[in-house]
Amino acid sequence: MELTVAPNPFFWAADDWEALYQDLTAAPVERVVLGELVCSKRLPFYQDRIPKVIESLQAAGKQVVLTSLALVTLKRERKLTAQLADLGLEVEVNDLTALAQLPRDLAFSVGPLVNVYNESTLRWLAARGATRISLPPELPLASVAVLARAGADCGVAVEVWGHGRVPLAISGRCYHARLHGRTKDNCQFACEEDADGLEVRTLEDQPFLTMNGVQTLSDRYACADYQIETLQGAGVSALRLSPQSSGFPDLCGLYRDRIEGRLAMGELAQRLQHKAPGLRLSDGFLTGESGADWSGTSR
Amino acid sequence: MVMEIVCPAGTPASLRAAVKAGAHTVYCGFNDVTNARNFPGLNFDRAEMREGVAFAHAHGAKVLVAINTFPRAGAEDIWQRAVADAAAAGADAVILADPGLLDYAARNHPQIRRHLSVQAAAANADVINFYAETFGVKRVVLPRVLSVPEIAAINAETEVETEVFVFGGLCVMAEGRCSLSSYATGLSPNMNGVCSPASHVEYRDTGGVLDARLGGYTIHQVGKDEPAPYPTLCKGCFSASGKQGHLFEDPVSLNAEQLIPQLQRAGVTALKIEGRQRSRSYVAQVVRNFRAAVDALEAGQPLPVGMLARLSEGQATTTGAYKKTWR
Repeated sequence: MELTVAPNPFFWAADDWEALYQDLTAAPVERVVLGELVCSKRLPFYQDRIPKVIESLQAAGKQVVLTSLALVTLKRERKLTAQLADLGLEVEVNDLTALAQLPRDLAFSVGPLVNVYNESTLRWLAARGATRISLPPELPLASVAVLARAGADCGVAVEVWGHGRVPLAISGRCYHARLHGRTKDNCQFACEEDADGLEVRTLEDQPFLTMNGVQTLSDRYACADYQIETLQGAGVSALRLSPQSSGFPDLCGLYRDRIEGRLAMGELAQRLQHKAPGLRLSDGFLTGESGADWSGTSR
Repeated sequence: MVMEIVCPAGTPASLRAAVKAGAHTVYCGFNDVTNARNFPGLNFDRAEMREGVAFAHAHGAKVLVAINTFPRAGAEDIWQRAVADAAAAGADAVILADPGLLDYAARNHPQIRRHLSVQAAAANADVINFYAETFGVKRVVLPRVLSVPEIAAINAETEVETEVFVFGGLCVMAEGRCSLSSYATGLSPNMNGVCSPASHVEYRDTGGVLDARLGGYTIHQVGKDEPAPYPTLCKGCFSASGKQGHLFEDPVSLNAEQLIPQLQRAGVTALKIEGRQRSRSYVAQVVRNFRAAVDALEAGQPLPVGMLARLSEGQATTTGAYKKTWR
């Protein structure tokens, strides 16, 4: 089983953004997907760092993939999407707009924000040139197993959301801007203050969701600790780990230890919670009643 | 050409009421997991669908069948059968979101017209044209993330007809790309055809305050004598950064009646009304009003003003993303 680093969904200062990827050169992961997924307004702030980071990661033996935006509406965003293939890297399609614009003969991968819920869609994407599909985090294990088999039949690697706040929704409206009484066009980059998104609590003060500009994520960090053996048995090729502001390269190491059997079931979660006391985890989309459920005993 | 009014029908009675009230077109779904309004007691069995289509056609109206959830892995035959049955019932089009199902429909039932559901969230001309080239899609229901000028720009770049929501419930998230509901309850629009399902709603009196809860999360709190709003997740009251309020969207519904002339100038073909869960009298009233509006527009007369306000949820309405400042 391989490890893939998801594109960082948050808006970080360019130095922090670059530092993450320089640190990842030494992390035990096979693939790194980078670029702007959530909001096209953020890209100019770190765009010039991208070539250098790609070079470092490739020199360290990582496969580097460029993500498309999750929701393409503006002319500028369509242009940006059309230019993705120009760097010569593999493109991860996270809005079918990118697929519409890629050269027809180019191999590509499909990210978790494209709705691949069944075998027909998987096969259709494979026929279009998809070599890897990262499944929507909402899918239960039963669907994952069917899709992993279908992927094996047509040579498509199937990946599952392994760690990180779960992307739950994308909107035309920027919630960070709304919270600050601004509109999206005049957002003044309200989201840059929140390196892991902004916690949204219920009126009973229960942590629930995370606000990230136009994106809404779960409060809980997904963690596939309790499903690793089942996922491996089902033929899932890779786990996807989503960046967070602290301890991310170490976290990649823990997942590596877990998938290679150096950590037993439950130990990974224990280590994560030891490093970050109070960390709330979930794996309910895979095996629970609801997405927020957690197999572990703590919290 | 007069703009097409596309009305919801959750029951055969609503379908007949909508047709009699002047709907050009009615959309409905089968009573199972294949449609995105899979509510208890709603929707059509196979015989009702055949009769509904026959009734509509006899009155000069069209019927569109929404098969717009995402087929479950290992059980796609349920969705494929729905497409086959809609075609056999004589429906004028199927409204689909899933690429695999679009592919199936294009290959196996090419004669039935394919519309792209709002659940596909196709938000620009490139991807809309891609769906047209790949699956022969003739119409797209636009996601509720676009302003009127953006809709006009799309229409300038595509031959695909556009249909837009003008009245009723309003999703603030791009539809088909939201799993808030399954995070809290395990049931989602994409997989189960439900959002914030009633089966997971609980009202709890906590000492003079009424909590409206969904899947164990408090979505609203109101005084005991105030009307408690239904706990739809994205319209809930939450707190962040020390601020409390409707952080995603107020409990409002969409009413774009006054934008109809602009939408027509933007090249929109059809105006869609949300609400398959609504009563037939509601549907009939909304249809009559919108039909009067598009007929007035066609005759060069001014639109009737404020005709629908009292039908809107809690009286508060918005024009949503059609005005750019909403974003």
